Amino acid sequence: MSDTDVAATGGIPAGLDAARPDPGDGGPDMIQLLTPEGVRIPNSDYDRYLEDLTPDDLRGLYRDLVLVRRLDAEGWSLQRQGELGLWPSLLGQEAAQVGSGRALKPQDHCFPTYREHGVAWCRGVDPLSPLLMWRGVTNGGWDPAEHNFHLYTIVIGSQALHATGYAMGVTKDGRVGTGDPERDTAVIAYFGDGASSQGDVNEAFVFAASYNAPLVFFCQNNQWAISEPVSRQTRIPLYQRARGFGFPGVRVDGNDVLACLALTRHNLDEARSGNGPLFIEAFTYRMGAHTTADDPTKYRFSAEVERWKHRDPILRYKTWLAREGHADSAYFEQVDKEADEFAAELRQRCVTTPDPGGETMWEHVYSQPHPVMEAEKAAYDDYIASFEEEN
Amino acid sequence: MALEKLTLGKALTAGLRAAMDRDPKVVLIGEDIGKLGGVFRITEGLQKDFGEDRVIDSPLAESGIVGTAVGMALRGYRPVCEIQFDGFVFPAFDQIVSQVAKLHARSAGTVKMPMVIRIPFGGGIGSPEHHSESPEAYFAHTAGLRVVSCSNPEDAYWMIQQAIECDDPVIFCEPKRRYHDRAEFELGGEAPRELFSANVVREGEDVTLLAYGPTIRTCLEAANAAAEEGTAIEVIDLRTLSPLDTETILASARKTGRVVITHEAQSFLGMGSEIAAMLHEELFYDLEAPVVRVGGANIPYPPSRMEEHFLPDLDRILDGVDRALAY
Ligand SMILES: Cc1ncc(C[n+]2csc(CCOP(=O)(O)OP(=O)(O)O)c2C)c(N)n1
Ligand SMILES: [Mg+2]
Repeated sequence: MSDTDVAATGGIPAGLDAARPDPGDGGPDMIQLLTPEGVRIPNSDYDRYLEDLTPDDLRGLYRDLVLVRRLDAEGWSLQRQGELGLWPSLLGQEAAQVGSGRALKPQDHCFPTYREHGVAWCRGVDPLSPLLMWRGVTNGGWDPAEHNFHLYTIVIGSQALHATGYAMGVTKDGRVGTGDPERDTAVIAYFGDGASSQGDVNEAFVFAASYNAPLVFFCQNNQWAISEPVSRQTRIPLYQRARGFGFPGVRVDGNDVLACLALTRHNLDEARSGNGPLFIEAFTYRMGAHTTADDPTKYRFSAEVERWKHRDPILRYKTWLAREGHADSAYFEQVDKEADEFAAELRQRCVTTPDPGGETMWEHVYSQPHPVMEAEKAAYDDYIASFEEEN
Repeated sequence: MALEKLTLGKALTAGLRAAMDRDPKVVLIGEDIGKLGGVFRITEGLQKDFGEDRVIDSPLAESGIVGTAVGMALRGYRPVCEIQFDGFVFPAFDQIVSQVAKLHARSAGTVKMPMVIRIPFGGGIGSPEHHSESPEAYFAHTAGLRVVSCSNPEDAYWMIQQAIECDDPVIFCEPKRRYHDRAEFELGGEAPRELFSANVVREGEDVTLLAYGPTIRTCLEAANAAAEEGTAIEVIDLRTLSPLDTETILASARKTGRVVITHEAQSFLGMGSEIAAMLHEELFYDLEAPVVRVGGANIPYPPSRMEEHFLPDLDRILDGVDRALAY
């Protein structure tokens, strides 16, 4: 299908349609610090958010990008081999996730969707945890407080409200605008372009604005919500919606890790200082299928995917690192080797995780005793035991 | 008329197509139902043939889907909403229970809500959370809604058309793990039975086994196994959960005196509870045993690697039958 098709189906008035950037082109308002060719564009507003980065830090970002992509590839192949039930791939969105994830401070709290494996990595969540969720061993199962990383939320958009309420709690606790960088706290809510249509997300905008919540809405616009192009969800660029709700919105090149880092740092600082909420639209692309269950050839042209390959988030950053002399081929090889080992270990831990027994499904339903459920569980145990007696 | 061998999924597609051919006011709305044909491909090819005006890819918002369908119905259309998965109907719950269900009553009968809300429901396909729920009792509990569920391709083909023709809103529960079940039947002609009727799918004298949707196949397997041991199970496919076909249920219960009800939904306040209450009220002196419920465990649907422990399977259904026979 063509872009004109999409416009025709949307019934978008000609003027608005013309202003809509082509996929792949974020338009003149998109903030980019590193071009797809790996050329650094100075930016007087945002460069200061990168000034403290040492060559080690810069290399660390590269390592994050590579390991996260490898984790994702491992998830994909584990699903193909029947080890996972499903896998939502982040391919193409590494920079948006690593850039924003590394902008967070330890005390900041993060509310992901189901695709934020890269942010989970940056928060220090064991990468096995998301794998086990998609394996069908848990429904998440990690403690959100351990790494200030909430559970994955599959119901589209729900977490935007949770993030808002959490941020309201941060304000009540007096953790906003004290000027103490170790104390002031921000919250970040991840969601997709499709999610921007949900009532919950729009209600989150209203509540967050109404209570000046120390919150950054981080929308990864990967151009697709399963088979539906972003033009089905919005007539105007998503970042422009924020203004209507009364807070600032920016569009950042979501495939530019430096820009994502700088902008998220800036926005989180603002939120911590009491100037929240704020909205970031990371303009990126879902390079793969929606999940392992999806077949994108039914609804999008491969030419579009090809165009986005030139905007690959890792390639441009690697090019820049090498050109600046921050890393050489020996370093890149070392990271590749580390990624191989990392993936092999992860795979091993995943495939050797046993299935939980049926008796465990009764655990953690209630935090306090529930006699009716306990009676049901006892009957279940007797029923299972009756088979063992037979054998 | 032509004899066709279709899967349950493709039978639904054929039924939707027939309804759209017959009535230009029938429109479909849902997420990804256009080019993709829906995640289960139930609307495959329909947008191409009927156009984007009649097969509407909606923005990602279930309350929006159902709420705008209300407006379309008010304007004389017959919307068929697709909810992508059972667990995602809840953002639309308010529209369904507060508006869809009540508009006829609120308008003193002047407004009709000829709307179908299709929900692929139930588990057993190894999905992540929110993709295996059985929410039918919430809707059956709500006066003003009708609730049905098909269990086989022929019923799927006819029931979807009959639901679309119904002037009241119908919650249409599709057994997603049976989408690929195949059967041969006549396309076209007359529907073999009324929409709001149950069907005795296997006759027997000893125990009545009531079910619907995905568990029907399991019940038939259970009846086969029981027959080998000399127990004749009568299997009834309820098909309609609201209104219940009480006549068919009572006739069978009167005959066997023993009733087992099974569904994937959690048993607490599930369909089985309502049917058991009804049977005890109507047939107290005819029953030989208390009505037995075999349902999903009363816990949140577990991660997929545990779902076999949650779902009623052949053994648990037969255990229920044994319990009914123990009196
Ligand atoms: C309430 C709800 N409705 C439908 C779905 C099914 N679903 C899963 S992902 C998805 C598309 C999400 O698109 P977007 O928000 O852009 O995020 P992306 O998948 O592109 O990361 C849909 C419709 C869901 N998970 N939750
Ligand atoms: Mg998207």
